[in-house]
Order: sequence, then structure tokens, then C-alpha cells
Amino acid sequence: MADLRTTLAGIRSPNPFWLASAPPTDKEYNVRRAFEAGWGGVVWKTLGEDPPVVNVSSRYGAVSYNGTRMAGLNNIELISDRPLATNLAEIRSVKRDYPDRAVVVSLMVPCREESWKAILPLVEDTGADGIELNFGCPHGMSERNMGSAVGQVPEYVEMVTRWCKQYTRMPVIVKLTPNITNILVPARAARRGGADAVSLINTIQSIVGVDLDAMAPMPVVGGLGTHGGYCGPAVKPIALRMLGDVARDPEMAGLPISGIGGISSWRDAAEFLAMGATGLQVCTAAMHYGFKIVEDMIDGLSNWMDEKGYASLDALRGQALPRYVQWNQLNLKFKTIASIDQDACIKCGLCHIACEDTSHQAIAKIRAGDERRYEVIDEECVGCNLCAHVCPVDDCITMTPQPVDGMQTWTEHPNNPMRGQAANAG
Amino acid sequence: MDQTPDIAAARLPGDVLARNFADAHPPLTANQAVSEAERCYFCHDAPCIEACPTGIDIPSFIHKIATGNLRGSARTILESNILGGSCARVCPTEILCEQKCVRNTQDARPIEIGALQRHATDWQMTHGGQPFTRAAATGRRIAVVGAGPAGLACAHRLAMHGHDVDVYDARPKAGGLNEYGVAAYKLADDFAQREIDFLLGIGGIVLHPDHCLGRDITVPALRADHDAVVLALGHAGVRSPGLAGQDLAGVASAVDFIAALRASPTKADVPVGRRVVVIGGGNTAVDAAVQARRLGADEVTMVYRRGADHMSATTVEQEWAQTNGVTLRHWASPTHILGADGSVTGVAFTQGAPGADGQPVYDGLSFTIAADMVLLAVGQVFVADPLDGSGVTVAGGRIVVDGGGRTSVPGVYAGGDCTPGPDLTVSAVRDGRDVAEQIHADLMSKPSLQKA
Repeated sequence: MADLRTTLAGIRSPNPFWLASAPPTDKEYNVRRAFEAGWGGVVWKTLGEDPPVVNVSSRYGAVSYNGTRMAGLNNIELISDRPLATNLAEIRSVKRDYPDRAVVVSLMVPCREESWKAILPLVEDTGADGIELNFGCPHGMSERNMGSAVGQVPEYVEMVTRWCKQYTRMPVIVKLTPNITNILVPARAARRGGADAVSLINTIQSIVGVDLDAMAPMPVVGGLGTHGGYCGPAVKPIALRMLGDVARDPEMAGLPISGIGGISSWRDAAEFLAMGATGLQVCTAAMHYGFKIVEDMIDGLSNWMDEKGYASLDALRGQALPRYVQWNQLNLKFKTIASIDQDACIKCGLCHIACEDTSHQAIAKIRAGDERRYEVIDEECVGCNLCAHVCPVDDCITMTPQPVDGMQTWTEHPNNPMRGQAANAG
Repeated sequence: MDQTPDIAAARLPGDVLARNFADAHPPLTANQAVSEAERCYFCHDAPCIEACPTGIDIPSFIHKIATGNLRGSARTILESNILGGSCARVCPTEILCEQKCVRNTQDARPIEIGALQRHATDWQMTHGGQPFTRAAATGRRIAVVGAGPAGLACAHRLAMHGHDVDVYDARPKAGGLNEYGVAAYKLADDFAQREIDFLLGIGGIVLHPDHCLGRDITVPALRADHDAVVLALGHAGVRSPGLAGQDLAGVASAVDFIAALRASPTKADVPVGRRVVVIGGGNTAVDAAVQARRLGADEVTMVYRRGADHMSATTVEQEWAQTNGVTLRHWASPTHILGADGSVTGVAFTQGAPGADGQPVYDGLSFTIAADMVLLAVGQVFVADPLDGSGVTVAGGRIVVDGGGRTSVPGVYAGGDCTPGPDLTVSAVRDGRDVAEQIHADLMSKPSLQKA
């Protein structure tokens, strides 16, 4: 049985699955239920200064795609709207009863040294294991110069991180906003400020849809809408890329990362770990299905690791990173060709029309009476994979790598006008 | 039929009858329709389209259901098949579109195309009314004889092209088999008439009920008064098994039994026996047998002279009969009908078995099934007598037509069950539509008749 115990910035948890700072971790009641269900840790929903913020009614919008509910989720809820003292008392109570679980407290106060200096001892006094700086919330708080308004300014990220390291002994995790051009800039700033870890990604600025009757962005609040933060399965690809960029950056080497963004299953978890995450945070999947889903995340990850021979998370972490490279390091001599299993083919024709209309006319449609047959024209196939993606039958279209005659990257390619001028020309 | 002590109406309470004759397959809910529509792969060169005699663009109409474009979905259906609503209910989709669905190969469960088609067409009839408008009037007038699916589809398409149409039918109500010949639970409540009202909403079509060809009207007279005549006569006759005893009280044609049920709003006035034997292996036999059970018959036995595979009733129909408690017997041929005191008491059969050529070989063993009611469903036939003297050529029991539905008489066209081809509602609709297009092309290509 694989060892799922996790230590991130010195914070231990029995498994890597933490609930992210969000509505599921707003109250003692929810967090106790989460721990009973098996979650390894929580990041408590962001605390701010009193008086607490006020949240609107009508808070979430969702993207349903082709029968799948909540492929993406958008929220316009702000930080905790409960008094600070209430939250602190509940955090203390939960941590006392679940000493083996990670209890990290998310914080967001104004960008003034005294504000941070004031709140940090109060949190430390609860027995919490660490803090996470909410530099990512893209709505509501950012308009008050908090959340992503801080996260988007590297100097502020560094400065606030430094204050926190100065005024608390607790590990400091800096949560990064994806609403920037280059994730490395704030990530490096956090490291300069002394962060013990970074977590990413926070939600993405979004309008989830437009209510065409109300003629307003969703979710509609009394006839009006506003932009919110996007999360859920739809954002996973964006998160994986930012995670990979931070994890492979030499300047970030050795700084642990808590991976966040659309993790819904053990398979997603394995991908985040393989791309360099030390710990994981989950929210939308729990909001969709309840806390029980963690059971399969733990069980599935453990079974898969056993099958693959990864004894611990340390053995798995970052395994895909060496193969995450710049485009100009890919071998232009590599060629793969589609191959259709005629016995598995159900004759839907989707591969043909996708290739015919939008790609390289490399799948022929052959009709003999009522019989349909779709065949790859090998010499026309560029190996784009589109047919394999549109095919509704598992393993019907496979991409078959061809024998490779050596290696040639774009940096070496005769068509590259910059060839030989710079190592990273692309 | 004559009443005998063992034949009675109202064997079941009114509420049970109402339940038994309500929609056998209730409509999809909006959620069910969308989730089913989302299963469709939107195939390129979709096999289902080719399997539909009317060639409905099935992937497109289903996609439009998935996106919430019900108006567009219904229009996609109706522009190929104006009777898409009844076809959605009566089509043997298991041997047409749904049989060809690629999902069969993948997971043995085709898209429920019929149910989805009903969802879209129901929406149109409830919310959208007649979706088509007429072209500018052409001044042409066309007679259509027969107000069944072929005649009505033809009339609608002609009206769309701006022609005026007179539709004649021997019966008091339009609809043909939809009105008189389909099990009540397939086209429940007054759907058949509502669909006709919907179809007539195009305008330009005048119905002339109670006009019987050969009695009240003739082809030459109609031809003289119209620019073209369409014969969509269907099957006016039933085949007779020629059995001794078939005139006994209690023996009836399954077609008449079904028609009586369709004409009765409550079904409480339709008599049925306790022990019913249905002779035949087609959908009419199934419709009669199942409805006899649902009227309250204790035992219903459907007897067919060949095997299950040879029945023209589809497997789904056969299973439907069995689900309803009908006993199916195969490879048995009726020899005579038994009676006493002028009323039927049973049917004698000779037992057979499949021979080398697939035809039954009877071994001489016989058996009897006791019955107080016998329904004959051994086939319906086109009756050519009303065409006597018209010059319209009939061969092989059907009107001879060319690829455009033209008969041997110029200006006289024919389509539907009275012409060669499969006897399906959806095929009749296709014929009617295509004949209308042919007439339109023929009429409009005659310069001498063009209006200035």
C-alpha cells in the first residue's frame, strides 16, 4: 500500500488531499464532516478584519457541457462573512480534535503592515498549522485592493510575504493568482519574500455565461451580474501548465507547491503530483458531490501507485517534469499516424468529417452499397490526433509512432532563420 | 358483430379501460429528451437518415433538441415528413432508423429517435402551429383521393407550392389508417385528428369526406375538373382466409375490430370475447390481439402459419404482444372454424413445421383452440374496382406507377399502399410528398399553362 503521507512546508497530513479555502471550509461544522470523511487537511476559508464582509445572494454560476453538470464553476462569493473571533474559536476547536490533520488558515487583510501584524498572532494562537495568503481572489476583494490586486503586483507579494514571515513562526504558503501574464514573476516574488510554499492556481476571472432572458451576466443578482472566479474541471489544463512552469523553474527549485485547479479524481491528483505538486487542494469536486469523493481519490491514487511501483508521494513527485520542455526542444522528425481498428469502428464518420473539413483530408470515406468504411491515407496524415479525439469508441483510433530517423529540433532546423543565433530561438 | 353470451362490452371498469388505452409510451420529459439527444454522435453520412423512408435529417433534429432549438428541430423533421408526429408514434423504428443507429454497435442501445421526434413535433403542435407558408397561388387545382398519410402528405406539399387541393375520402373522417387502423394506445386520445388540423393549417386544402371513389366520384370526372389527380387509395379490402365457418357470429375482421376501438372514446362499448383467437402475423394482428387483452379478454392466442422470424410484426411488436399476455403460436394453419348454434366455439388448426425451403410443411396433426371470438388478420389488399373504366393500369394488385408516381393515365398520379412498395405509414408519407413534387414540376414546366 503506497504511503500517501504528505509533508508540505513542514505541515503534515495523512494524505495529500486538502480542501481549498472556499465555502466547504467556512465553518467548524463543515470541516469536521470533511475530516470524518477522510480529508487530509483544510485551508480554512479566508479570514479578514472585522467587521466581516457581506456576501450577496445568488453566488455561483456553472458551465454544463453536453450533459455534464459543473464542468466549470464560477463564484462571486467573498471571504468569510463571519466575525473573526467566531472563526478563530472554531479553528482552535477543530485543530484540537484532529491533531493529525492539516489546518491551514487563509488570510486576507489590507496591504498595511499593522493589519498583518495584528491578525497573525490571533491565528497562531489557535494552534493552526500554517497560513495561506490569499493573493488571488479575483472579484470583490480585489476592488478593495486586496486579493488578486496584491497578487498581480510582485512587489506587494514579496512585501506582504516578508511581513508574515517576520510576525509569525507558522509556515507561510502564498496562493498565486492565475490572472497575470507570467506566473513565474509573482512566484519568484513570493520566494524572495521568504515563502515556505506556494499554492496555485486561484480562480480565473470569468463571466460564466449570459442569461439571455435577463440580459445579464450570470449569476444574476437582482437583475445585474459581475465577473467572478472560475474553477472546476474546466480550469485543470490551465492549472497544470502554471504548476509545471513554476515547478521546473530553477529559481523556484526546492520550494514546495500545493497544486490546485479542477482536481476531481485520483487521476487528476496523480497528474498534478507528476507535474511537481507536493500537496493538493480540492474544492469544486467536493461542492459537486460532497466530501465522500475523497475516499476514491485516496483509494484510487494508492492503488495506481501500487500498480506503478511508486512507494511514496516523494517517488512520484515531478516524474513528468523532465519531459515538460519548450516547443523548440521537440523532435521535428517524430511522426505518428492514425490507425483505425475496423472491427471496433461503428461507422459514425466523425473522424472523416473532422479531417476532411478541418484538417488534412487524410481519412477516406468508402461506400459500397450500405457498407461504410473509413480508411486513413497514411501519406496525408500529419499525426494531429484530431480523429482519435473525436472518435467516440475507446481505442478504435490509435496513433502509431513511426520509426524515427534521428533528432532535429527547431533550433537546428534549416527553416529557422534564427538558427545558431540563440539557444532558445523559437 | 352479433352478440353471443361470451362476447360482451365493458368487461373492465372505465378507469382500467382508460389506463389500458392511454399512450402506451408516454412522452419524454424535457430533461429526458435533452439527455437522450446528447447521446447522439451527430454522425457524418448518418446511417439513420438513409434508413428513414422520408430521409429526415435525424442528427440535425436531435442536435437541435440538445441545444434547446425545438422550433428548428421540428421544422427539420416536418420539412421531410409533415406527419412526423404520427410517424414518431407508429413507425417500427426498430427496423428503420434506430436499427441503423451506430450506437447499436457500440453499446447495444440506439438513440431513441422516435421518442425524440415526438418530443420535437409535440412541441411544434403545442407551441408553434403550422411552420410552413404557402407559395404564391398558382391557380392550379389538384384532386387527391384518399385522406390517409399518403394523401395528406401530398396535399400539404401541393398546398405549400401554391396549388389548391381537394381531398376526397370515403370515410366520414380524414386520417386513413391513422384514424381507423392503428391501435388506440399508439396514437392515443385525439392525436390523429389534431395532427390533421395541424396539417390543414397550411391552408388551401378542402376536405371532402364521405366521397367514395366509384360511387360518388370517378377518376375521369375528377381529372376533368382538376389539373391533376392523385390516387392515394390505400388498402380498402381485407384478405379472406376462405375458411369454413368464417361467417359464424363472433368471427370478425381485425381491421373492423380496431376501427371500432378507434371510434369509441371510452372503449366501454366495444365488445370482446373471453377467449379470442387472432389469425395472422402482422402488426394488425398484434394490434387486435393486444387490444382484445386490454379490453378484458381472458385468453388471447395469436396464431401464425409460419415462424416468428417470418412474421411481418417486428420483434418488438411480438414482444409487446407477449408482455400484454397474448400467447403466440407458430407453424399452425387454420383448417376451419368451429361453431354451435350459429356462433363460433373454436378454431381447428393443422400443425406444421419449417420445410427445407422455409415454407411450412403440415404433418397432419391437428389441434383446436376454443374461442368465442375470432379475429382475422391475414392481410389487407388494394381494391381496384373503383378504377374500372379509368384506364389506370393495375398489375400485381397495385397501381402501376413510374419513378415519379405517374400512372398510365396522363395527369393521374398514385402513391402509398395502393402502389408497390412497403406498406408503412412513413413510406406512404414519402410517396405523397414525392408525388406532390413531381406534379409541381410537371405542371410548372408546361409553358402553355403558365400564368402571365
